[in-house]
Amino acid sequence: MTRFRGWYWLLLVAALLGIAAIAVARGAVSVPLAAVFAALRGRGDPTALAIVRDLRLPRVMLGALVGAGLGASGAALQGSLRNPLAEPYLLGVSGGAAVGAVIAFALGFTSDVLVTLAAFAGSVGAVSVALAVSRVGARGARADLRALLIAGVIVGAFANATIMVALASAEPNTVRGALFWMMGSAADANWQRVGWLALSILAAGGALVYWAREIDVLSLGEETAASLGIDAEKSGRRVFLIAALLAAATVAAAGLIGFVGLVVPHIARRLGLRAHRPLIVASGLVGATLVVAADLAARTVAAPTELPLGAITALLGVPFFLVQLRRSA
Amino acid sequence: MIRVSDLVVSYPRSGRNAVDGVTFVAARGKLTALAGPNGSGKSSIVRALLGRADVVKGSVAVADSDVRTLSLTELARRVAVVPQREETTFPIQVREYVGMGRYPHLGLWRAATKVDDTAVTDALGQAGVTDLADRDTDALSGGEWQRVRIARALAQKAPALVLDEPTTFLDVAHEMAIFELLSSLARSGLAVLLVSHQLNLVARFADTIVLLNEGKIAISGAPTDVMKADRLEAIYGWPVVITRDPAIGAPALVPLRRPLTL
Repeated sequence: MTRFRGWYWLLLVAALLGIAAIAVARGAVSVPLAAVFAALRGRGDPTALAIVRDLRLPRVMLGALVGAGLGASGAALQGSLRNPLAEPYLLGVSGGAAVGAVIAFALGFTSDVLVTLAAFAGSVGAVSVALAVSRVGARGARADLRALLIAGVIVGAFANATIMVALASAEPNTVRGALFWMMGSAADANWQRVGWLALSILAAGGALVYWAREIDVLSLGEETAASLGIDAEKSGRRVFLIAALLAAATVAAAGLIGFVGLVVPHIARRLGLRAHRPLIVASGLVGATLVVAADLAARTVAAPTELPLGAITALLGVPFFLVQLRRSA
Repeated sequence: MIRVSDLVVSYPRSGRNAVDGVTFVAARGKLTALAGPNGSGKSSIVRALLGRADVVKGSVAVADSDVRTLSLTELARRVAVVPQREETTFPIQVREYVGMGRYPHLGLWRAATKVDDTAVTDALGQAGVTDLADRDTDALSGGEWQRVRIARALAQKAPALVLDEPTTFLDVAHEMAIFELLSSLARSGLAVLLVSHQLNLVARFADTIVLLNEGKIAISGAPTDVMKADRLEAIYGWPVVITRDPAIGAPALVPLRRPLTL
């Protein structure tokens, strides 16, 4: 196995900054890198200034934050659920968020804030239901943490059915709006949204980094965790809830962007990281890099048509995951 | 020291108590073995010790504190447990793995200090796995993995050590090596409680054997008192003879053939 070296951190940060600089420069109108850096310092012609500071930069930052949140959330969930296939979207977060957003669209709400709030409420609701279902499944006895995974899948399936019913009788405009949102996009970025997401990620991501040692111990199984002073059920639920909130915040900000939470922790592990404190941080960096790159591709590959970001990440993620699966088999 | 007093453990939807009025002591400096047929209540006692079983009556106390009055962290500082099963979904470097034994000692920021590093180095040495420190847990043989798990428990620096079937699936040499290790740990002053099926090995190494049957203590005492053919035959439901092992004269159990009559 590869050993993680200290300078890999520099590599990870450099990769993120490099791809971010390119993403700010490239697009419908290309801005030379020198002009990008000038604009960041508030200099240059007003057009370049507006493109960089009002359009591209918030978009790139939103993409980076979404990727960071999904990556960190995935790393924490895989460790605490002891399942390399766990990811936030498998746990009902995405389905719940989609239901919330679609209901908001169907009720005729078009305001950005309301749809975001509805999506967030939807994911929190779905996660609560998943927690409750896993508890019922265990009939009040100590729930196996992995029952949560199954509960999440079931809640997600129910959410999909709800969306189809809601969309079957909806106006074409509602359907288009909901569909665009379900495909995931960083196009609607603005500084306010970036600010809120940054706050949520700092809070929830920081909490995950704080509890990372517990996740290390949880990954050894419930009995060993108990022998090391950790109530696996309580601690596992806490990690699950924080990771779900983290993912819900990203979904509310940019819609459904699949496979990032699943694939990114595996990339971080391939770099040689095992302990969850550095693993979660590295997953955040890798996730940010990946989503910024995917968003750049979404904007430029078929320009002027913009491809759905969620579809790009899935197109990148699925083959990667198959290779990963083959290697581990 | 671990003191089990009149312990009764039961599981929901089960007819009889899994543990039914068991009393014994695992003293410091001694290797105490908990033996008995499958389902005799051995693992339930370990679960009760960790607060993971319903204790109906009686108590398990570690260093004179009832485990139910201790927080899980306080308990983990007093007794280190190597459970029967452990998951290894994500392999980790041996040194990092052994470092997890320090979890109950970490401060508010859960950051390892010099004391923790020293404890890990000591534990690796005591368990004889210093050479494996840089390996990954998925690159270990069965015997190495068990020793590494014991090292993780030793890093806890608890005065009592409990092991649930640590030699299952090990070959003779690795099994002997584990027993020698446990015996020397007991001599160094730890209270070692070993749950084991290996009656013959237990008879050679343990100071005291507590033999359970159907949740109750069938016999307990020194190996020579416990290894009686008639009692063992009744408990295991199989004809046996007791001989002496030729090396040190410890009592040894030989199960007899009993061909199936078709």
